[in-house]
Amino acid sequence: MATLARLRSNLPRKVPLARAVQTAADSTRLAQDASHDKPFTVKLHEDSFRAYQTEAPSLEVEVTKDGLLGMYKDMQTMRRMEMAADAMYKQKLIRGFCHLAIGQEAVSVGLERGIVKDDKVITAYRCHPFAVLRGGSITGVLGELLGRQAGMSNGKGGSMHIFTPTFFGGNGIVGAQVPVGAGIAFAQKYREQPLATYALYGDGASNQGQVFEAYNMAKLWNLPCVFVCENNKYGMGTSAERSSQNTEYFTRGDKIPGIQANGMDVIAVMKAVQHTREWVTSGNGPILLEFVTYRYGGHSMSDPGTTYRTRDEIQQMRSTQDAIRGLARYIEEWGLASEEDLKKIDKEAKSTVDAAVEEAKASPVPLEKDLWTDIYYKGTEPPFMRGREREEIHYY
Amino acid sequence: MFAPSSLARLSRRSVATFKAKLQSARRWESTAGTEAPPAGGHSPSIATSSFLRQTRDNSLRTPDIRWADEDHAGPPSNALAGRETRKMNLYQAVRDAMSIALTKDDSAVVFGEDVAFGGVFRCTMGLAEEFGRERVFNTPLTEQGIAGFGIGIASMGQTAIAEIQFADYIYPAFDQLVNEAAKFNFRSGGNFDVGGLTIRCPSMSVGHGALYHSQSPEGFFMGAAGLKASLVAHFDVPPHTLTPTQIVIPRSPIQAKGLLLSAIRDPNPVIFMEPKILYRSSVEQVPIDDYEIPLGRAETLIHGSDLTVLTWGTPVYSCETAIHMLANPPETIARHVPEPFRKAKIELIDLRTILPWDVETVTESVKRTGRLVIVHEASKTGGVGSEIAAELQKRCFLKLDAPVKRVTGWDTPVGMSYEKFYIPDSVRILDAMVETLSY
Repeated sequence: MATLARLRSNLPRKVPLARAVQTAADSTRLAQDASHDKPFTVKLHEDSFRAYQTEAPSLEVEVTKDGLLGMYKDMQTMRRMEMAADAMYKQKLIRGFCHLAIGQEAVSVGLERGIVKDDKVITAYRCHPFAVLRGGSITGVLGELLGRQAGMSNGKGGSMHIFTPTFFGGNGIVGAQVPVGAGIAFAQKYREQPLATYALYGDGASNQGQVFEAYNMAKLWNLPCVFVCENNKYGMGTSAERSSQNTEYFTRGDKIPGIQANGMDVIAVMKAVQHTREWVTSGNGPILLEFVTYRYGGHSMSDPGTTYRTRDEIQQMRSTQDAIRGLARYIEEWGLASEEDLKKIDKEAKSTVDAAVEEAKASPVPLEKDLWTDIYYKGTEPPFMRGREREEIHYY
Repeated sequence: MFAPSSLARLSRRSVATFKAKLQSARRWESTAGTEAPPAGGHSPSIATSSFLRQTRDNSLRTPDIRWADEDHAGPPSNALAGRETRKMNLYQAVRDAMSIALTKDDSAVVFGEDVAFGGVFRCTMGLAEEFGRERVFNTPLTEQGIAGFGIGIASMGQTAIAEIQFADYIYPAFDQLVNEAAKFNFRSGGNFDVGGLTIRCPSMSVGHGALYHSQSPEGFFMGAAGLKASLVAHFDVPPHTLTPTQIVIPRSPIQAKGLLLSAIRDPNPVIFMEPKILYRSSVEQVPIDDYEIPLGRAETLIHGSDLTVLTWGTPVYSCETAIHMLANPPETIARHVPEPFRKAKIELIDLRTILPWDVETVTESVKRTGRLVIVHEASKTGGVGSEIAAELQKRCFLKLDAPVKRVTGWDTPVGMSYEKFYIPDSVRILDAMVETLSY
């Protein structure tokens, strides 16, 4: 690395974010008086979006009190769930791999609010919130992390392997989910369903060759696929600037247009998702969508997250650009709910997660017979499988 | 790598190459009736093989055949009246199978490099015209992408029939096949499967394919299946239970059609490797009805009691020749074949499915004969033969009269000029049989 550092030019390094979208979580303003029972319009900061070969989404967004409070509750609950996973990992109840999305809640919650139920989502290993929001349950996710029967894959997958009928999983191999997403979008188009597929990956995965293979096929066949780059600025322990010749990930699709959006303001996320969904379901082919976001924790539980960035940087993001605080501020400033009301929601989120933790912990480990299930498609198993010792033979 | 749209160029360019360098390959590519039997003897070759079924009746009585329109609950009816056959070579049989799949299953799509105008080996000839370019379409040169894309389609419950233009190009897709396709059902707790996925690829040597057009990569997937099986870590898992990904290699047109239809309909992802030299050189009367031949079952082609020869794909025919040579050695090599061995009864088994492989049939045979020769084109180290030999020595240890012998490609790349010497030909197989019989 020392050699590489010497090779780098002496020009001052580009200051990150100098030209990017702004990532404040609390820069949205009311465009009209807020209402408790009717939808009202708010205006996003003018630097919330950047566009490549297309128009940026409009800055005006229609929201409702219920919608905003719902998003607040979801974000708070997702953060609580991830914190619970963090605690259980540190207690050695969860073993193996565990990638938490603390700090990135606006992306998962905003995405869910911008799409419809039957749209499809596939992502990488930072997948827990998506799995819950796409129809799973907190108990199901935590149970899976613990390797219990209550887990969404019956405790046999673990952290990266959680599925619902419209969520095609966390995927452990960096970038491998992206061409799979293109295939899912193809199937939707083949069936003439007016639906979108959201294929998510990180800034690290965007340098994988197969991501570009997927872009190419999707544009070639105009598939209704939104390629979403969750740019949290670090691919594992390497910053975007150190890994990518072009850190403007929304411009990497060549002839595929792209949108870059503030991934810390959940209203901007929702707007960007609505905009891209409209784009792909109107037959315009794929589009890239980059969310500039930030993860507070390390890449995984084995990464303290402070060896390649300063504690000050993390602290500054937490204190000034936190997505949940930003939304809380809107809700309070616009007079939709009081601080006490929000505290009540916080408490509810905590007790929901606490109950799920207990439920997951109480769930038994998979039965011995489950060792033999799902290896082959049901009904096509071989006559028997041998077990752990000579006499242990399972007959299907 | 053959670029897409290079079919025309390929054939133009190839004419000179074929003529200049590949006299031997031309012999391989001959079909019955178009050329005189090879000079110098009466050894069977692929043109005269007794394993190729040339009459309607013989074809319809292919063992293990399951007619799609028959009720399989009861005993087989053996009613063959009204069933027709047509003379086809292997690529036509493959096309026929895909045509049936596309006709009967609206969700089926066929895609790959150049498939819309027939593919380099013509396996998809006319399918795009017949079923539309929405269902039969060309992909970019993007093997990893093709595999991932196919997995996506299959995970939506559709039937995805993907072609990797040559098995040699399957390596970029290795991750998608091993990490995504093979594990999808398990890691989703059975919520999703990609059983609708079938990956077809031309495999094995063609006489002049050289480094990147003659490989037999089936063994890599068998080993990778071990990775899959590491999920059930320290269990002593018998080889036929390793993974839901299946690897199938047919030897003839009838086999290709039935096995491919089974592969397409099997609810587990299947890698289907077609021996490319057999595309044109193997010709049979193939039933035109929809039928399947079950996966995971070996077929005993010749019954014997003294030695078992196990193989799959192209070498089936070299083994047939070698067995014939053992009984009637040509004068030039007769002195190397001791008189008593000429009466040896050799059993020949076509494994057909590499994973899960038919361990029962092979074990039963080796227990009877006490001797086993495994023949495959891939190189020896880490090949499929290693796995089979290890399992068989364990299961048949006290019944073995000789060490298990492997006749394989060498542990080298497949050199252009040396391809004839790379593949396990009938003389090397004969030598191995003599060695094993005289142990």
